[in-house]
Amino acid sequence: MSEIMIDTGNYIAAKAAIMAKPDVVAAYPITPQTTLVEGIANYVASGDFKGEYICVESEHSAMSACIGASEAGSRTFTATSSHGLLLMHEMLHWAALARLPIVMCNINRVIGPGWNIWTDENDAISQRDTGWIQFFASSNQEIFDTLIQAFKLAENSDVLLPVMISHNAFILSHTSMPAEIPTQKEIDKFLPSYKPTWKLDVDNPTTQGNIIGIEHYEKIRKAMQDAQLKAKRLIPSIANDWKKQFGRYHGGLIEKYRCDDAEYILIAMGAIGAESKESINNLRKEGLKIGLARLRVLRPFPTEEIIELSKQAELIVIDRNISVGLGGAVFNEIKGALYGESDAKITGFIAGLGGKDVPYGDIEKMCKKAIKGKAKDQIWYGFEEV
Amino acid sequence: MKESKKYDVVSGISYPKEGAMGKTGSWRVFRPTLDIAKCVKCLRCWIFCPEGSIKRNKDDSVEINYDYCKGCGVCANQCPTKAITMSREGKKK
Repeated sequence: MSEIMIDTGNYIAAKAAIMAKPDVVAAYPITPQTTLVEGIANYVASGDFKGEYICVESEHSAMSACIGASEAGSRTFTATSSHGLLLMHEMLHWAALARLPIVMCNINRVIGPGWNIWTDENDAISQRDTGWIQFFASSNQEIFDTLIQAFKLAENSDVLLPVMISHNAFILSHTSMPAEIPTQKEIDKFLPSYKPTWKLDVDNPTTQGNIIGIEHYEKIRKAMQDAQLKAKRLIPSIANDWKKQFGRYHGGLIEKYRCDDAEYILIAMGAIGAESKESINNLRKEGLKIGLARLRVLRPFPTEEIIELSKQAELIVIDRNISVGLGGAVFNEIKGALYGESDAKITGFIAGLGGKDVPYGDIEKMCKKAIKGKAKDQIWYGFEEV
Repeated sequence: MKESKKYDVVSGISYPKEGAMGKTGSWRVFRPTLDIAKCVKCLRCWIFCPEGSIKRNKDDSVEINYDYCKGCGVCANQCPTKAITMSREGKKK
């Protein structure tokens, strides 16, 4: 029998992490991830987590330890946030290039200076090019479900890429919500024990990370890209398998909400994506044919799905991040995806940086402004009259 | 040499093989020369060579494989009888 656990996003992530039965967890605490690794430490103390828990001296070491463990054939998990993720940057590239199915939770937190522990997505956004698959969760239940699915995806021999699951600082990480937790037996059925496709093995000597000739390197990059494209097909199919076994579904690459007859579609990620459902309901009551497409996955980018949406509706994008010097990252990637495919009107907003609250009323105002106005790249919500 | 099983994944995995990086002997600046008359077959050069470029024969006599010897001089340094000497490559005798 499954049970309902009412707890914070971080403790529910810790529960999911140990139910995936990793052989090794290596982590360094950082606000607001701290309670997640504390949760895992509690499971070590209670004997529920039987793997190796390595306390390291930095996030760079945490990822390095995960890389070593994964190369030796272990199922491996870690978690971090903000500056911790940035300190991992070098090793994030390494993990992806070495094709290691490490799974990591990243709690979206602002980057300093000005020191700020609240949420925005710039930490994860700045790791887009590392080769990691990137999920953005919008509820504690989705964190749990995605974390288990992530191991299955990462370890698939067609993928073999690390997976990062981001959730918003405090809004999810420290907020209690109910989540249905399946039994260990049910989880084991969905996610059997790890059988590595490759590993460093003294009985079959190989090396990883040796010097390689020019003629080989490009093949490695291309293989990563091919694996990301394969992941694009696998993510929805794994989500469907989960739905079949557990009855819950948070979308494939995108979660669509009231999109069927929509003439306007709002695109957002994470907690803003969840909050937007309330706004959509209210705007629908006012007679606007509007829907929501919550981006569940940023890498691989759901290009085809976005093109499909643009053929049906005008797009409104809210970015809780900024690629400084260009604009909202998701907005600009959507524009890139539509090139030569669609002339749909798109309006981009930047909102909620530094943990600023983005309540449903504000989202409604942004939608109305976009619908009334001309297409615009970068409206800083709160900096001008909306 | 027994070959390692190949994994079905394209990444920076390399498999041990003689000459995997080409004939690295071309990197050499100093060349070791072995005077067999002075060799006492102690095999220190064979043990210490970091590149496995000293070939050990059945009778424990040794030979230097110049295809891969990078000329580091460790063998000459270890040799108790100074049977191995280092000289600059390409230098006119």
